[in-house]
Amino acid sequence: MITSVSPRRRLNNALTNGLAWLVLIALALPALWIVLTAFRPNSEINASPPVWIPQEFTLDAFATMFGLNPDVRQRVAVERYLFNSLVVSLSSTVVAVFVGTLAGYVFSRFKFRFHTLAFLLLMFSRSVPGVALSLPLFLLFTKLGLVNNLFGLAFVYVAINIPFTVWLMDGFFRQIPYDLTEAAYIDGCGYWSAFWRVDLPLSLPGLTTAAIFAFLASWNEFQIASVLTRSNDARTFPPGLFVFTEQFTVDWRGMCAMSVIMMVPAIVFVILTQRNLVRGLTFGAIKG
Amino acid sequence: MSSVSLTADVPVRQSARSGQIGTRWFPFFMLLPSFVLILIVTGFPLLYSLYVSFTPYELLRPGSDAFRPEIMFRNYERLFADPVFRRALGNTIVFLFVTVNLEYIMALGLSQLLARVTRGQGLMRTLLMIPMMFAPVLVGFQFRWFFNGEVGLVNNALSALGVTQEKIPWLVNEPLGMIAIMIATIWMNLPVTTIILLAGTLSLPGEMFEAADVDGASGWKKFRYITFPMLAPFTYIALTIRSLDVARAFDIVRIMTDGGPAHRTELIWTYVTRLAIEDTKFGMGSAMSFITVIISLIFTVYFFRQLVKARIVG
Repeated sequence: MITSVSPRRRLNNALTNGLAWLVLIALALPALWIVLTAFRPNSEINASPPVWIPQEFTLDAFATMFGLNPDVRQRVAVERYLFNSLVVSLSSTVVAVFVGTLAGYVFSRFKFRFHTLAFLLLMFSRSVPGVALSLPLFLLFTKLGLVNNLFGLAFVYVAINIPFTVWLMDGFFRQIPYDLTEAAYIDGCGYWSAFWRVDLPLSLPGLTTAAIFAFLASWNEFQIASVLTRSNDARTFPPGLFVFTEQFTVDWRGMCAMSVIMMVPAIVFVILTQRNLVRGLTFGAIKG
Repeated sequence: MSSVSLTADVPVRQSARSGQIGTRWFPFFMLLPSFVLILIVTGFPLLYSLYVSFTPYELLRPGSDAFRPEIMFRNYERLFADPVFRRALGNTIVFLFVTVNLEYIMALGLSQLLARVTRGQGLMRTLLMIPMMFAPVLVGFQFRWFFNGEVGLVNNALSALGVTQEKIPWLVNEPLGMIAIMIATIWMNLPVTTIILLAGTLSLPGEMFEAADVDGASGWKKFRYITFPMLAPFTYIALTIRSLDVARAFDIVRIMTDGGPAHRTELIWTYVTRLAIEDTKFGMGSAMSFITVIISLIFTVYFFRQLVKARIVG
């Protein structure tokens, strides 16, 4: 296609692009600063006047965090927090996605009484703030002996992650043509085998997206975890980070290093779901 | 097509055809696990805390969780007479109003700018997603450091640029503390809203804009009369998702200021935690946490209804 671009138009484009870059870099700069700080020596960070451009690269902060630095004795149990977080997030993700997918399928493919009401109830349960849940759950779990227990925390995360999984999967199943399901019925499939053999395999990209959302929600959850976990036995990474900030003197670089470690799953997530993310969140609007 | 007609209508005849007794109950069994789990983790605790909110329950006073009708509203009466609670509620309302609106306006502007970008769209979108990698706790920590009066990036930058040499105590002064928390919240939420609105803008059919060009419409008019109304469903999706997470601000505030100093940045969520978890006044805490549930519900119901409306019209 041949288009003649007028000089005025070209100037306009250049201005738009320049402005967009400026805004986005300003948005990303705080994040970049955190990541850079994690890899700088303390002398440079605490220098006054501040050193703006990093001069030296070091993994010192990470060594200290994992106890490899002989000069620093006292530290928080980062590897324990990481382990707890991984166990809780992974197990709750698997269960929540499985259970939520069943419900999402029914909402997308069947008409039944109270269809809308049931869907609304699910969404409402998601909108209950963690603060309001953490207190009664704490009382309940104290009686059941589930406080400070990884299983107890994972159980809570399953239920919290179900509604959003249902919302996402309902949308993904709606994008699969109903003709395929119908063809399966004609070929003698029951409802379950039509779901299991036809619709579920086709919704694989949706499943991935839902799993990543559930994992990150559990991985990042702070409020409930900080109430339900009281010691290193079950403390996950976010409350662990909080313990770290509550120490006598705040080690800013150590915090940056912990942030970097905590961000790893999210970085993987952004790389994996660049495209699916937007489609998954906005399908309803496009389909109308 | 309305969203309702997309659902497959399963006639009873079809269930009979497959000849299994269980098939009629298929939707029921598929929904059962979800609802049982949510009932245990959300439904039951909510009912329990509703009950506790009518009792003077304190952890260290045995028997204080007994229900006595004559004093059942005492927690609520005390709360509304409590100046700290009133302050926290006021702060929360201002905080929600300002952040949600500002965030939306900024995201709308940014999405329109990004939709016009001619080069490097992919890279820009990646850059835009960077704040999404930060959990709320990390956002809280990050801005606590940046706004620190002694070693914070903001004061360092201000003095390096020659604006002021003063060590501004951002998180201590009023209303700077609240503003710092709002900045952190907006930074965290801007990308998702922008991405959804950008996806909406890019999916709008081009013919309408061509027709508007033929009629000689200005850029502003095209935005005002075509883009903005057609973005309505996307707007409500963004706001619904956002409304589900209003309480996430708790994580940020807890780390940045923990409601202090002197309750200047107290939000209703931080006050619940202080009262219920730290002072073990479960009765009072439950009454207040019920008020947080109602706030969240109002948000969600409002945006969800708008979303349903926008979907059916669109």
